[in-house]
Amino acid sequence: MADRAARGQANLWVVQRITAMILALAVLVHLVTILLAMRGGLSAREILARTQGSEAWLGFYVVFALAAGLHGAIGLRNIAGETLGWRGRGLDFCWLALGLLAAAFGIRAAFGLYD
Amino acid sequence: MDFRARSHPSWIGFAVHRVSGLLLALFLPLHFWALGSAIQGEARLDGFLRWAENPLVKLVETGLVILLAAHLAGGLRVMALEFLGWGREQKDLVAASFGLSLLVGLVFLFNVF
Repeated sequence: MADRAARGQANLWVVQRITAMILALAVLVHLVTILLAMRGGLSAREILARTQGSEAWLGFYVVFALAAGLHGAIGLRNIAGETLGWRGRGLDFCWLALGLLAAAFGIRAAFGLYD
Repeated sequence: MDFRARSHPSWIGFAVHRVSGLLLALFLPLHFWALGSAIQGEARLDGFLRWAENPLVKLVETGLVILLAAHLAGGLRVMALEFLGWGREQKDLVAASFGLSLLVGLVFLFNVF
């Protein structure tokens, strides 16, 4: 039982680091895009001209949203466990569900930019 | 409580990484949900962008950009620590991550105002 819990903990650590590596690159692209796009003000036409019909941007934002949703949920789980003592498999599934729900909101936005 | 360990630059780096992560994780679903709702055609998105022209919104956005840059730079520091081992340069990395995030925030601020 303790072995299984330790394995679960190690798996979460791995997911957190893999998503961190994806996010390191994605956040860098996101920040550069924000800083470039903000020059001279933002317009819907400008944003949609970049993203509409672009599979590359759609793929980027879908992966970004999924990685961010999972990374955020695992982070919240760790903070809740360390500071509030909220631990357990049931809670882990709740965090996973919240992370996937957040990612789904992001993926919906990505498809909105693509269509 | 012994505060000596908490005056170390690495503890401050840890605290900034944790607080920025917490705030970003709470903001993320709102950000995605608001964007997903706003992106329903060009007119609706333009309406949302006009709302975001409010100076108060721009200030909050600047704070979020600084948090994001701080969490990115702090995360790279944590991964360097985990995969490359502890080194004397950890303190420098903390300072560099703070400097980088403030720089990104300043560039953003100059661009939005």
